[in-house]
Order: sequence, then structure tokens, then C-alpha cells
Amino acid sequence: MSNIPADLRYAKSHEWLKVAADGTALVGITDYAQNSLGDITFAQLPKVGAALKAGETFGVVESVKAASDVYAPVAGTVLEVNKALDANPEKLNQAPYTDAWIMKLKLANPADAAGLLSAEEYGKLTG
Amino acid sequence: MVDFAGWDMPVQYKSILEEHKAVRTRCGLFDVSHMGEAAIYGPEALKFLQHLVTNDCSKLFPGRVLYTVMCYPHGGVVDDLLVYMRSVGDYLLCINAGNIAKDIAWIKEQARGFACTVEDLSDDYAQLAIQGPSAIALVQSLTPAKLADLKYYHFTSDDVAGVPCIISRTGYTGEDGVELYCLADNGVQLAEAVLAAGGPFGLELAGLGARDSLRLEAGFPLYGHEITDKITPITAGLGWVVKFDKGPFIGSEVLKAEKEKGSAKKIIFFKTGDRRIVRAETPVLNAAGAVVGSVVSGTLSPMLNEAIGSALIEAPAAKEALAVDIRGTKLNLHLVKPPFVALKKN
Repeated sequence: MSNIPADLRYAKSHEWLKVAADGTALVGITDYAQNSLGDITFAQLPKVGAALKAGETFGVVESVKAASDVYAPVAGTVLEVNKALDANPEKLNQAPYTDAWIMKLKLANPADAAGLLSAEEYGKLTG
Repeated sequence: MVDFAGWDMPVQYKSILEEHKAVRTRCGLFDVSHMGEAAIYGPEALKFLQHLVTNDCSKLFPGRVLYTVMCYPHGGVVDDLLVYMRSVGDYLLCINAGNIAKDIAWIKEQARGFACTVEDLSDDYAQLAIQGPSAIALVQSLTPAKLADLKYYHFTSDDVAGVPCIISRTGYTGEDGVELYCLADNGVQLAEAVLAAGGPFGLELAGLGARDSLRLEAGFPLYGHEITDKITPITAGLGWVVKFDKGPFIGSEVLKAEKEKGSAKKIIFFKTGDRRIVRAETPVLNAAGAVVGSVVSGTLSPMLNEAIGSALIEAPAAKEALAVDIRGTKLNLHLVKPPFVALKKN
């Protein structure tokens, strides 16, 4: 069973979104995604300042098996990227919901998060 | 699990990288029962093998193993294989799983007119590979055979955990170790006994993923990648298994001409200094940006922590600065003479 924290929102493309009260959000990939990819060897991070549309490709997560695009769950501007993943992409396997967040977004519209899947809904999708 | 030549095969048990490192530092157990086996026996078995394969089988003696390829008349490779000499006039071949039907048909066709019999034994044998610095100590704990006396590319027949086996000091990882052949019905019993004894030796189960990254790090060819029906052994850098002085064999004329005139293309091995994996079929570019070849194998070296691979390129381009474009990032190829990592001399 994959780990699906109750306090996050989820995209069908297996990214999670953790919304803060200040209208920002952290984005990463789910436990299900990292488990499907296997050993992650490289993460291509977005550029700080990039304006992303919902569903737009913002980077690549690569494993020994395959390279996968990752998609912005909602629209927003990239405030910060997790540089630690450059040297230690394996953190995406080890701590996908905590240490291995990929980017911090300034949400274009904080209400968009409500349109994503709840933990329960995402659990049904991947169960 | 994935389908591999009709077998359900594990790509990984836990982690390709961890399994790979376990084999380089301790030992790993691979179930390679999918590999094919064929027996060739009869008064003209040696004469036939000398015709069939490129290496010199007259150098074999009972208990000795030889790595070779067999080619088409045009020089392309039918398969690479191991030849085991069991006794005078009696040989066992180990061939690639994906090529079994093709190889057996090819071998039987070529054997016409030779006083020997070709038998497909692929379904009769299970095969386990135990590879890594502690592999010999582990297997020694399960067998009365004296493994210290069994040199690299030699084999013996003895019990391992009570199961009659061919114990072959060979492998596809670049590490010390053995490949064990037993009757298929005994395969599970043998695997369970090796696993049960493996704890103190740091044994891990290792899958197809680690098998591929280990062989590439060691610089060993994989059929369908570095060698194919369109890539000759000379092009692939396997000239050392092509012995013209033994007399003519299938493909010898074409291969000799290639060796004398020089190859139009060649297989090169490279690393990039970057973690992005350079996957098969990625175009290889010269300094002017022209395509001069194509990647045939690529992975992340778990030991070097950078991308490694091989490519088939136009031979003159090997002297140029080469690069690949990975999702918009240009990466220079640094040519390497494999192995990519220091391997213990077997």
C-alpha cells in the first residue's frame, strides 16, 4: 500500500500539492509515483520565476527504468526549487512528501487546489 | 515482473541500484533459468563447432569454458554463447533466452553433413548465477567441490546443497562468482538453499535491471544492443573471439576483410559526467551537430554515479568530439575503454 497523507491534495498525474495559508504551495511526486519509477537518478527542476499553467510540464523525474514528465497540479509561479535534489535525487524515493518536495509555487488562484483529488479519492485511483 | 522472451522476469526485487551495489561489494543471486542450453555431441562435434563459431574450440579441454559468437555468412552475429567441453566429442552451449528458437534452428541447419547431434536442452535446465566478492565463499559453504581450485572460465560437476550441478566459474557481472546449472525440477530447492545460506555473506536477490547495469559497467556486450545480426564482432570490438588461424568458419571471409580494411562503424563506450541517462537510440552528434551514430545501451553507473553507455558510430567519428542532446541539454561523451570500474582480476 502506498502512503497517501490526508492533508495533501493530489493530481491524477501523481503529483501532490501542500497548500499553505499564505497562498503558496509545495509540489512533489507521490509515494505511488516514486514506487512505480523505482530508483530515481535525476530530477530536472523548473526555473524560479516560471509561470506555469495547470497541467503544464514543469520538469522531469528520471529513474533507471524511464524518464517521466511531471505536471503542475494547478497554475502558479515558481518561487523556489529544491536544489538538494540535484545532488540527492534518491530523496524522491526516500521522502517523497517531506524532504523531496520539488518546487514551491505562488498559486495563481488558491481556490484551484479544491479541484484536485482528496487523499481518499487519490487512494481509490491508485488502489 | 516483466515479460522477457516469454519468461516472467523480475526487473528488480527491491532496488536496481542497491542490488547492483550488493553484487559489487558482497554478492547477489540471479535466477537466469531463462537462458538456453544445447548439447552438441558426436565424432565430429569439434569439427562442427569450429565451423559454427568464431573462437577456437580446439583450445578447449574437459572442464574448460569458452566465450564466443556465432555469425552469419555476412558477418552479423547470430548470438553470443558459452561453449562447455564436457568430454571428448561432447559439448554444452549456453545461449541467450531471446534467441533460443532462432539459434537451435540455425545450429541444426549448419550441422547437416557433420557426424554430430544437436539437442535443445533449454527446458531441462534451471540456472542460477551467484556473483560478487563473497560469492565463492557462499557457494563453498554448500558444496564439497574445491572452488579454490576452480579457475575462471573452468567448470566442474558436483552437488550444491545436495543438488547435482554444473558449477561454472563464469558470470555476466565482471565480479568473481559462479553460474550453477541444475535440472529444472531442482531449481527452486537450489535457490532456496542458496538464499538460506546467504545471510552471513550479504547475499541479495538481484533482478534483470541490475544484471544489465552490471554487465554494461563491466563492458560486456548484450545481444540486440552491442551485437546484432547487423553488427559484426569486429565492429563490436570482439576481435579477440574471432580466430582466423583456426581455418575457415561461417562468416570468416567477411570478417577477415573487415579486419584488414578496417570497420566502417564501431561500438564505443562512453560516460558523460552527468546523471541524465543516455538511453538506447539517442542520436550521437559530432562537433558540427551531424548525426554520426546512435546509442545502443545506456544506464546510470551506480558505482560512478554518472551516465554510462555504448553507441554504434561511424568509425572515423571516434576521433571527434561527440555529444548527445538529452531533452535540450548537450552532454559531451567521454570515450572509455571498459570496464568502467576497477574489477577484481578473476
